[in-house]
Amino acid sequence: MTENRFVNRSELIGILLLAAFLVVILPLCLDVFRLNLVAKYLTYAFVALGLVVCWGYCGILSLGQGVFFGLGGYCMAMFLKLEASSVENTKIQSTPGIPDFMDWNQITALPAFWQPFHSLTFTVFAIILVPGLFAFIIGAAMFKRRVGGTYFAIITQAVAAILTILIVGQQGYTGGINGMTDLRTLKGWDIRPDHAKIVLYFFEVGLLFVCIFIAQFIRHSKLGRILVAMREKEDRVRFSGYSVANFKIFAFCVAAMFAAVGGAMFALNVGFMSPSFVGIVPSIEMVIYTAVGGRLSILGAICGTLLVNFAKTSLSESFPELWLFGLGGLFITVVLAFPNGLAGIWTDYVAPRIAGLFTSRKSKSGDGWAEKPVADGAPAE
Amino acid sequence: MFGDYSIGDLGSIFVMQGFAGLILFSVYVLMALGLAIIFGQMGVINMAHGEFMILGAYVTWMTSNFFQAYLPGLFAGYFFLAMILAFIASGALGMLVEWALIRHLYKRPLDTLLATWGLSLILQQAYRSIFGAREVGVELPQWMLGSLHVSDSIEVPINGIFVMALTVLITIAVAYVMYLSRWGRQVRAVVQNRIMAGAVGINTEKVDRYTFALGCGIAGVAGSAFTMIGSTGPTSGQLYIVDTFLVVVFGGAASLLGTIASAFSISQTQSTLEFFLSGSMAKVLTLLAVVGILMLRPQGLFALKVRK
Amino acid sequence: MLIGHQPKEFLLSVEALTVSFDGFKAVNDLSFYVEENEIRVIIGPNGAGKTTVLDLICGKTKATSGSIQFRGQELTRLKENQIVQAGVGRKFQTPSIYDDLTVFENLEISFPRGRTVFGALTFTRDAVVRDRVHEVAEMIFLKDRLNVNAELLSHGQKQWLEIGMLLIQDPELLMLDEPVAGMSVSERAKTAELLNRIIKDRSVLVIEHDMKFVEDIAHKVTVLHQGQILSEGTMEHVQKDPKVIEVYLGH
Repeated sequence: MTENRFVNRSELIGILLLAAFLVVILPLCLDVFRLNLVAKYLTYAFVALGLVVCWGYCGILSLGQGVFFGLGGYCMAMFLKLEASSVENTKIQSTPGIPDFMDWNQITALPAFWQPFHSLTFTVFAIILVPGLFAFIIGAAMFKRRVGGTYFAIITQAVAAILTILIVGQQGYTGGINGMTDLRTLKGWDIRPDHAKIVLYFFEVGLLFVCIFIAQFIRHSKLGRILVAMREKEDRVRFSGYSVANFKIFAFCVAAMFAAVGGAMFALNVGFMSPSFVGIVPSIEMVIYTAVGGRLSILGAICGTLLVNFAKTSLSESFPELWLFGLGGLFITVVLAFPNGLAGIWTDYVAPRIAGLFTSRKSKSGDGWAEKPVADGAPAE
Repeated sequence: MFGDYSIGDLGSIFVMQGFAGLILFSVYVLMALGLAIIFGQMGVINMAHGEFMILGAYVTWMTSNFFQAYLPGLFAGYFFLAMILAFIASGALGMLVEWALIRHLYKRPLDTLLATWGLSLILQQAYRSIFGAREVGVELPQWMLGSLHVSDSIEVPINGIFVMALTVLITIAVAYVMYLSRWGRQVRAVVQNRIMAGAVGINTEKVDRYTFALGCGIAGVAGSAFTMIGSTGPTSGQLYIVDTFLVVVFGGAASLLGTIASAFSISQTQSTLEFFLSGSMAKVLTLLAVVGILMLRPQGLFALKVRK
Repeated sequence: MLIGHQPKEFLLSVEALTVSFDGFKAVNDLSFYVEENEIRVIIGPNGAGKTTVLDLICGKTKATSGSIQFRGQELTRLKENQIVQAGVGRKFQTPSIYDDLTVFENLEISFPRGRTVFGALTFTRDAVVRDRVHEVAEMIFLKDRLNVNAELLSHGQKQWLEIGMLLIQDPELLMLDEPVAGMSVSERAKTAELLNRIIKDRSVLVIEHDMKFVEDIAHKVTVLHQGQILSEGTMEHVQKDPKVIEVYLGH
């Protein structure tokens, strides 16, 4: 029973391969434009990672991860927008010094809730804590009352709808449907030129690995095993003296914070933030990435995100009509035939073949949960 | 808020907004009825429900075009045929989907949700490819245009009345089928105890398939009715799906009466608020209220306490 | 009434307990008392409310009225996990274990440490935990299956595993719902031996249909019928009670 706390050997190899791919191979092979696209895809990988923790491990399907992605992204964008709206930059406005969209909506002073976003420290904390707190409130309200499964999915979806409508409706405060555009500098450092894009890419990959290690730590701690246990036999966990609701809230909050980091990186890498990344459709798309990659596998979810997005970009450029058919079909196929996604195909079909090549057949225990059939979330009560 | 209006004006406003709310109520009820059957009785989350509705709308649109081109004399009555065709088309598609997709996923409700969402993407793109991305509107026959003058400041559109009458009729029909017919008893038996129902000779697979088809068929009729008050585009269905799920959940998933009551309260709240606030804020407040109440009372308005 | 009648000397005092499901009273004005180190068996025909009584004590079902005192603590006001922490353990009718985890991990999760979110995150598998898991595994005849996934165990072994999970919790009151149901004859004998070993130093509340088994272990028997007590006393006393013979043992 001497096991490493974070990773076992096959996971370590996987993580190293991913690191080599993201840190060495992609930057060498792609031009800056394509690398920036990868950076954009990777922001969704944060969300997918969070979904592995809360959906894969714990069985809670959230259809509102766009909410947290959006909250994180908007927090970042508010800071960047304020910096881009200095009095000098906005001389031509009737009220200089406030974001342009406020000026267009006849707002003459910066609203109070915008004020703290002058501070980068506050912004960084807000990126993590605002979505975390929001997830905590939703989670506490739902899980303490034993709402789960499909009900939870519908409620989170409704929250995503509400937030989108709110952002679009309050354009004076949020930039409305167009979002916050024209983000320029971070503490005076221009985020738009090529070299900045490259620096941001590596920074993002670094953050992604921090999140991967957090997820690995959770998975290999007793808490990770409790999450799996809860997905299977919630009552047994409860009657072993654990507060099931608290553990679910924890998983949901972790997922929300990961998504928020992704959102903040999105604002930095792409240079704008808009409600089209908050609502129902993007939220479900993020679930698709996770499902395709494998909801039980950290690496699978990240690969799934990259693959689906590559496919989306290349297909929707050349055959925009085919893309939605493809995405829908892919989703149905994965759910029907491969509920554990690419990672499941790997552990079920590919890995045994490879192992078969090296004749010494070791026992297949300890390889983690990816090989187990998927248990659906707890039924709604 | 009320300062600028006289009492008479306010009265008229409430009547007019109430009536607008009633039309919204009809749309909700028609959509929610199908969903309440599928979700409430079978526990299946059908995210493509809106697309089944839109199929009904497109069928109605095609029927109306056909009548205009070939049978202009009978145009006044095309709508009744269109509704039947819409029911058949959506129901048949529903049956196909149940056979190909849903029946493999009864034990994994969350996965049904995801798979049907994939289906909704495919259907949306199919509509876009076939009918074009632009919204289409249906030509109404002469007798449905215009409105009734109730008083100087109150006017009631006839198509609205027609939609409401239709809603009442369909609701009664569904209630009859689900609660009084032999078939409805079989459906409820299967829902409550699948194994036992199978053991006493009910063909559970067939019941599942027809229940799902019925729910989809009703969605088709809803879409057909929907054409009379709005235009139809490939993504129109998606606009209503979340609202409709909230209506069903808010009413207590297994209760037909609950669905109607919740559709009524949600639509009236929204349309009344709409007059005083912007449309988007009215929607936000309504949805927030619903979500808030659901957090306090997750079982919905009407739910039984049962021994498990 | 018995309320206030020296409640301290009992480990568990159930008084005037009632639960109603939409008018149907599954348990109706029920009172009984369990002493320290007592083995109490609850018997009764199907639908008598036996499992509901256990559900009420462990908090799975909320009582409509009445009180459940455990060491002076009112359990009806506590949440399930607080009741467990107060010292009540519960085994379910069908084996309730975690199929995807190994036997070791199943037992480890039940070890009474690191039960908060933070505690679980920082929990380490130290010598104390390992020794205790091995000790319990030996007791429940699963010593050589520690690294096997629990789904691969036989039905009887699963039952033992769940008993082991309760054992490692070390509860003062152990509640078992049909612990030998579905077991083979040899498994049954082994289970009786196991139970006889683990009931030392704690009180046990058992639901069982197997009369032979009940005779072997019970100190006192409570017969439930339609949510109420029909008879209570030693096995001998209960078996002779004409009311019991009529509704239960008679046919």
